[in-house]
Parts: sequence; structure tokens; C-alpha cells
Amino acid sequence: MSSGLNRLTIAEASARLHRREFSALELTRACLARIEAVEPQLNAFITVSEKEANEQAVEADRRIAAGDAPALCGIPLGIKDIYNTCGVRTTCASRILENFISPYDATAIAKLRADGAVFVGKANMDEFAMGSSTENSAFGPTKNPYDLERVSGGSSGGSAAAVAAHQCLGALGTDTGGSIREPASFCGVVGIKPTYSRVSRFGVIAYASSLDQVGPFTKSVRDAAIMLRTLAGIDRLDSTCSARPVPDYEKALRGEVKGLRVGVPKEYFIDGMAPEVESAVRAALKQYQALGASVHEISLPHASYAIAAYYLIATAEASANLARYDGIRYGLRVDAEDHNSLYDLTRALGFGTEVKRRIMLGTFALSAGYYDAYYLKAQKVRTLIRRDFENAFETCDVIATPVAPTTAFKIGEKMDDPLTMYLSDIFTISVNLAGLPGMSIPCGYDSNGLPIGMQLIGPPFSEEMILRAGDAYERSGAFTRREPAI
Amino acid sequence: MAENKITLEMVKHVARLAHLQLSDVEQERLRADMDQMLGYVDKLNELDTSKVPPTAQVGEAGTPMRPDEVSNPSAQEAMLANAPAAERGYFKVPKIIE
Repeated sequence: MSSGLNRLTIAEASARLHRREFSALELTRACLARIEAVEPQLNAFITVSEKEANEQAVEADRRIAAGDAPALCGIPLGIKDIYNTCGVRTTCASRILENFISPYDATAIAKLRADGAVFVGKANMDEFAMGSSTENSAFGPTKNPYDLERVSGGSSGGSAAAVAAHQCLGALGTDTGGSIREPASFCGVVGIKPTYSRVSRFGVIAYASSLDQVGPFTKSVRDAAIMLRTLAGIDRLDSTCSARPVPDYEKALRGEVKGLRVGVPKEYFIDGMAPEVESAVRAALKQYQALGASVHEISLPHASYAIAAYYLIATAEASANLARYDGIRYGLRVDAEDHNSLYDLTRALGFGTEVKRRIMLGTFALSAGYYDAYYLKAQKVRTLIRRDFENAFETCDVIATPVAPTTAFKIGEKMDDPLTMYLSDIFTISVNLAGLPGMSIPCGYDSNGLPIGMQLIGPPFSEEMILRAGDAYERSGAFTRREPAI
Repeated sequence: MAENKITLEMVKHVARLAHLQLSDVEQERLRADMDQMLGYVDKLNELDTSKVPPTAQVGEAGTPMRPDEVSNPSAQEAMLANAPAAERGYFKVPKIIE
């Protein structure tokens, strides 16, 4: 009997695969059947790679039968369509890469492949990871599995929705300003953005290189630890990648947080935060106290400047990174008489509204006469934001905050007002500016039944600690998990 | 902060730098959007940063060096497979020099 296998966690499925209770092929078929059943409503995938997934599953079964297969062997995963995946279409949700077939694997993909993971498809996202709702995809928005009239969050909305809706057991996302944590919060799943440099970005299509980081979406904190253990580590193809040894994150999940000092930034409980979000996070903090942790207020004085600094730094870096899409070597080309018109027309047709908006702002911020006033100023404020966290971690071990000020909003609600959309990331963006690890874990639901997420932030390379803290809360059963409506 | 810091002329100049052909409607929309964003980021000027060094990178210090050794096989065919136009192992482009 294979029905419902797609609902398992990675840890459960892995144990049962190794006990030969079912095969990787049965597990993969259960996910593909679920994808077929709900995709017309959800739109979580841009490309479903059924044939490749079945082949990978058959190979995984061979490895499991031979014994000594890694934990991720035979586990069906969704992959954000920002990862180069050899032989498979990689669009970045853009018309400009609509027909691009990756000739190589990103390092994160190669590592998962080496473990025997199964890739069921390429998940939907905001074009070039620019957005907070997955509405900026050239392939249409991904709906929220808890309410199909609402957004899944973004930019990794397809990955979050796919895991929530049990189309796969885990997924890869990327996070530049909250693109893993915000959709994880909106879709009621776990999402971790590791420390900047913890995971290789080689082969991940670049948005803002001083901020971008790779991370997993999962149904449990333990599963996040399992995936991160495979993903993290040095890579000769990414010179920014840390050489620090990778701990066994799963071993860190000891289930207790006695004596842990939890800091709560007073600046984060702002006007405009949904009262139900605040009360859910406050209840989670009470739970930490009940588990033996201490909770006290801290201050991050420059918190309110993070979005302004981010939108100058990220757009400036994006304007440089996206200069490569010129219609010459790959991707869309609009033919023209001369090369300048070819570039201008190709980019005009290939890029969507939000991508053009950010390229324009970033090009302006770097242009002669404005560099010092905007880009350099933002980099200096970035230093102040970073110091805020350094000071805060002198008196606490982990910082707990809401992930976003609200639960998932309605599709279309914020599309005409870019600044309001950008404010969705007000609690996550500073973590990228400071290069810290941050994780979103579910902590309740609002009165519409929409998931609420809590963010745990730690010092650089403290993934073991925040995973342990998240796992202890999750295990304590502080609230009853509800399955999405779909 | 001044209203309408961004003029249509500035939008046209930046679009040229960014190699984007924009319609009249897009130009006006982007002018308004950039104006709004730059008005918002003006709040950074509330902070005195005269003695603050900039942060360009948050990773670990230093860029490691390694020998530049070829580790992958030639993939000319795979690379050219994505080209909009290719001929005899080259990317094909419009004539650049008269």
C-alpha cells in the first residue's frame, strides 16, 4: 500500500526505505501522483521531471538494496528553478531563460545527487528571486495550500507550497532577504537560511551575491538538519564558501533548551503587525520559558534602516549580476540590426516588471555622482546593523522574532505598491545583511487558519544551536499542526 | 527630501546604462517607483556614518587561492546548444564593425 507515503517526513521515509517497507520508486510515484492531482490548483512547479525522477528512484533502490546508502537516498525533493540542474530546463521563472537547459549541476544539486536524492521537479519562484509572493513569476503565481486565494510567499514560494502540500518531502530554496523564511512561514513549513558562506552557491543563478544563500524547506526541524548536513561545506568552485568542518546537525537535536538565553528585540514588535502573529510568537516564547530557557528583551537599534539599506545593496548587485543576460550566448534573443538594439530589445522583452524596476534602481545607485550617497551609504549602515547583532549576542544565545508582520496576504493585494511588498521582509532582511543563520518554524495559525512562523536567529555558524532550539520547541507540541485545505 | 528627484531624463539615461528599451508608459511608471524608493531610502541620512567603515562582504576574511587546474571535460557542444545562434563552434552575433 503506497498511498500517503508522500506525507512522511524525510527521517521517517528514510528509516522505512532502509527497512525495505516500500521502495524509493513507490515513494516517488506517490509524490508524482500528488503533483498531478494538485498542480492545476497550486502551480508550485515550473517543470515536473517525471522521467528523470523515476530513473533516479530506480537507481536509489539499487543503492539501498546494496546497503550503506545515505539518509537522503531515494527521497523525492523539489528544486527551486534557480538551481542549474544538468539536462533539465532552468528558467529562474523568467522569459529570458524560458528554454535554457542547464549544461551542468550546481554544487548543491551535485551533493544531493551524490546522496541519491530524487528530483521531482523545478519549483516556481519570483523571477530571478525578486519578490515576496511568487507573483512575479513569468509562469503565474503559486497559490497558498492553506487558501488558494492567497500567496505562497516568495521568492521561494513554489518550494514552500510543494512541501506543505506533500508534493515532495523536502525542497531547496534560496534566501537573499527572506526568500526561504517568509514562504516557509506563509505555508507552515520549516525553512532555514544558513550562515552566509556555509553552503556553496556555485551554479545558483545569482541575484545579490553578498546576500544570497542556499537552504532547505522541510516538514520538520530534524529534516532540515538532515538536508543541511549534505548541503554544507567547502567547495573549490565557490571561493566565498567556508572551509569550516560541517558538524552532524542531526546529532545536535538533543531536545532540550535548559539555560538557553532567548533575546526578543523590542524594535520588532511594531505597529502594523497582525495581533494574532504577535500573540502566537509571544505564546511560543512562554513555551521556551516552560522548557527551561530564559527570555529577555534586547535591542537592535538600527532595525528600521534595514529595508532601505537592503534595497540599495541588493539592487546594485542585481544590476551587475543581470548584465550577463544579453541574448548572445544563451537565453532569449530578439534579433536586431545592431548589437546595442539586440541587447536593449532582448532585455526589454525578457525581463518582467519587478526585475526591470530593480535593475533600474541598482544601476542608478551605482551610477556616477550617486555612488557615495546611495550605495556606499547603504554599506555603512550595513555595518551598523551587523554591530547591532554582535552586541545583542553578548547577552543572548538566540534571537526570536516573528518571520513576517502578517500571515499570507491575498493574491494581487500588494502588486501595485512595491514598497508595501518590500515591507513583508522587514524582520528577515537584516539577517542577510549581517550574514547570520535564521530559521522559520511554524508556531500556530490565525483565525483564518493561516500558518504563523517564528524566526530563530543565531550568531555566525550557530546552526546546531538554532536547530536544537527549533527542534525542542517543535517536539514540545505547543500547538496542534493542521494539514492544508488542498 | 525633494519631490520628484527623478526626472524622465534620468530614467532614460539609466535605462541606456542598463540596456533596457522602455516604453513611454514604463518610463513614467519607473520614474514614479524610483522616486518613491529613493524618498524612502533617504531615511538612511538620519544616521551619521562619517566614522563607520562600509561592509561589502560578511563572509570569512580572505579569498583562498588554488591552482587553476582544468577539472571538467570540454563542454563546447553543450554550451553552444543553448546559443540563440551558433556557427562552426562560435556564437553568432550581428556585425559589430563596419
